[in-house]
Amino acid sequence: MEELVSKALTEENFQQLDRQIEKVQGSKGPLMQVLTQAQKIFGCVPYEVQKHVSERLKVPMSDIYGVVTFYSQFSLIPKGKYVISVCMGTACYVKSAQPILDKISEIIDTKSGETSADGNFTLEATRCIGACGLAPIITVNEDVYGKLEVTDVPGIMEKYKD
Amino acid sequence: MELYRSHILVCGGTGCVSSDSLKIEERFKELIEKNDLKDEAKVVKTGCFGLCEAGPIVIVYPEGAFYSQLKVEDVDTIVAEHLVKGRIVTDLLYKESYQEGEMQSINDVGFYKKQERVALRNCGVINPEVIEEYIAYDGYEALGRVLSEMKPEEVIQIVKDSGLRGRGGGGFPTGLKWEFTAKAEGDQKYIACNADEGDPGAFMDRSVLEGDPHVVIESMAIAGYAVGANKGYVYVRAEYPIAVNRLQIAIDQAKEMGLLGENIFGTDFSFDMEIRLGAGAFVCGEETALIKSIEGKRGMPVPRPPFPAVKGLFDKPTLLNNVETYANIPQIILRGAEWFASIGTEKSKGTKVFALAGKINNTGLLEIPMGTTLREAIYDVGGGIPGGKEFKAVQTGGPSGGCIPAAHIDTPIDYDNLIELGSMMGSGGMIVLDEDNCMVDIARFFLDFTVDESCGKCTPCRDGTKRMLEMLDKIAEGKGTPADLAKLETLAKTIKNASLCGLGQTAPNPVLSTLDFFMDEYEAHVHDKRCPAGVCKALLNYIVIEDKCKKCGICAAKCPVDCISGTKGKTVYHIDTDKCIKCNACLEACPFDAIKKG
Ligand SMILES: Cc1cc2nc3c(=O)[nH]c(=O)nc-3n(C[C@H](O)[C@H](O)[C@H](O)COP(=O)(O)O)c2cc1C
Ligand code: SF4
Ligand code: SF4
Ligand code: SF4
Ligand code: FES
Ligand code: FES
Repeated sequence: MEELVSKALTEENFQQLDRQIEKVQGSKGPLMQVLTQAQKIFGCVPYEVQKHVSERLKVPMSDIYGVVTFYSQFSLIPKGKYVISVCMGTACYVKSAQPILDKISEIIDTKSGETSADGNFTLEATRCIGACGLAPIITVNEDVYGKLEVTDVPGIMEKYKD
Repeated sequence: MELYRSHILVCGGTGCVSSDSLKIEERFKELIEKNDLKDEAKVVKTGCFGLCEAGPIVIVYPEGAFYSQLKVEDVDTIVAEHLVKGRIVTDLLYKESYQEGEMQSINDVGFYKKQERVALRNCGVINPEVIEEYIAYDGYEALGRVLSEMKPEEVIQIVKDSGLRGRGGGGFPTGLKWEFTAKAEGDQKYIACNADEGDPGAFMDRSVLEGDPHVVIESMAIAGYAVGANKGYVYVRAEYPIAVNRLQIAIDQAKEMGLLGENIFGTDFSFDMEIRLGAGAFVCGEETALIKSIEGKRGMPVPRPPFPAVKGLFDKPTLLNNVETYANIPQIILRGAEWFASIGTEKSKGTKVFALAGKINNTGLLEIPMGTTLREAIYDVGGGIPGGKEFKAVQTGGPSGGCIPAAHIDTPIDYDNLIELGSMMGSGGMIVLDEDNCMVDIARFFLDFTVDESCGKCTPCRDGTKRMLEMLDKIAEGKGTPADLAKLETLAKTIKNASLCGLGQTAPNPVLSTLDFFMDEYEAHVHDKRCPAGVCKALLNYIVIEDKCKKCGICAAKCPVDCISGTKGKTVYHIDTDKCIKCNACLEACPFDAIKKG
């Protein structure tokens, strides 16, 4: 994991973050916006990035850590190569999303909310993604799979083997 | 616009985009170019049409042909037949819109017949990324009228007279809120829009932002004029990228045309706005937490009073309304308070948008007059329950609401009736449950959600909901006792009374309402160790249906714990329930549907 974190901490990424910071520096309460950008650029907001933001925005580290850990969109470690999001919104849940989540978890041997040991998969339970007409629904990075049955799962996972 | 012979409306809502509607749009454009139809046919990407179940949807005008569940390949047929030869491709039409060899108008199809579109009037009609289209449908006319002909007090009076109540959940009278904010002392005031839409099965606000973002901008500017604010913030969930993108485009276009910025319409009123993104915390939908979050802090609620109208964003008076609340305002200004107040019931005026989902044929978005009954919404608009299953309950109000059983299905929907039934309007999630849903499991689902989302500031909510969840887990595992049922209820009532914010105060509702209406299901779990709906895993038994079993042995080969016995071709197979780990493998494997769980 640490390896993955340090890989993301490139000079270029920090420069990109600085450009984003400049854009919002004049506005009121810019911290959330900067962290959202940081999450996008680095794929996570580890200690080093928090420290950088703290210095640039002159906001104490404790505040930044507090915010990063409060919101679920920010993560301290990078996500896997494939992020599998199983919608567990109400509409999907009542149409048997749980067995689908269980099945995926079994196939990739990773618990919900965690990243697989090889860093290939992150399994997440998300909430309504606004496509309830396709319930139950999962996304793998940008790919969307709707109206699923448990039996469809192995075939889908097969596509993301490597 | 009138110059084109055909308009092809392609749904660009999230539901349809998830099933390739953008590729369909692309293909139309490509083929129109290729067939030299560029001057005759125009492709318009719109917001959600509402009938997401049938997506991806394309409507071709002037005929009004409603094509549903399209594949990218189907576009070739539609272009070749419909656009080139003028022959509607009846095979691809939405089933209900084509009956006995005749195409019906969309407005006569069951799903749309009982709807009345105010907040959604432009969704699925205009291209949300083109400000001229909004303007062509009376857009920014209300703002113009307000700025040139009305005093701020007059605007507030109209909103008050309309009877509009907040659509974000609480149902607070909007006009009063505007008045409080207008009267609050302060050199600087703010307008805020709540687009956090936290109910995990609801997508009304998202559809408005995706399908008609300008209505929110126009309305916030009107509110700014009415209460004396010159700056607005829209707080949108980060999980809504399409909505955020279209809203940003709309804001930029409005600025460019001088409809936002300094001296709007040449008056001395100035108004500017920006988007702030949420970051995945349900509690940030609560107004005081939302304000903290916009300020860049942890989104923890704070006690009220002071209300945001007095001390809100950056400690200044702030008017906060929900997206759908705002979406009603321009029409109220243009058509008058009386018109609006003529729709709905005595205490709930106008229409309400619902996201109808779950065990229902027409999953989608509907806007119906207040006072429509649950039955009309579910059966007439929603098309009933699929697969001939029996209706069990409808859940409204999301994690703050409750489950309404069949006995009350003829209740007219309004704020007060739903509260009386132990549920609430909430933001408009409406989830239909059938006989296959277990009510204990549903209660657990919502409680699991609130435990996850409690901000942890106060003990009743933080610890109390956890204790409740543990009890529900116990019941679902067949280890519950009658005493647990009583304790559950007492604890629920304590949490309701002792929590600081609305999240904790309403978190027990799903449990209380299911205890109230579905005690028999709880009792089956507790006394008989049985889950009548066959959902709670620990209480499930896998059984071979003897007269269906063809003695093939496939199930036994799949069972990971070797608990299925029998002799191939000779005896019916049998499952040893004590050893079974309920993995479902045998049920999936049996080619003759001879295994059931119950
Ligand atoms: C836990 C909690 C979550 C809420 N989530 C939302 C939400 O997602 N969207 C919303 O508009 N209002 C939400 N509300 C209600 C807001 O606090 C507020 O009442 C509303 O935005 C005011 O706008 P309205 O008067 O136009 O409804 C929530 C309230 C609570 C207690
Ligand atoms: S009731 Fe729950 S969410 Fe609200 S302040 Fe207390 S702990 Fe936080
Ligand atoms: S797979 Fe089905 S039919 Fe075959 S032995 Fe098992 S239960 Fe019987
Ligand atoms: S559910 Fe799984 S463990 Fe139980 S009998 Fe079937 S295959 Fe075996
Ligand atoms: S609940 Fe899964 S998409 Fe809405
Ligand atoms: S998203 Fe296309 S109809 Fe709702």
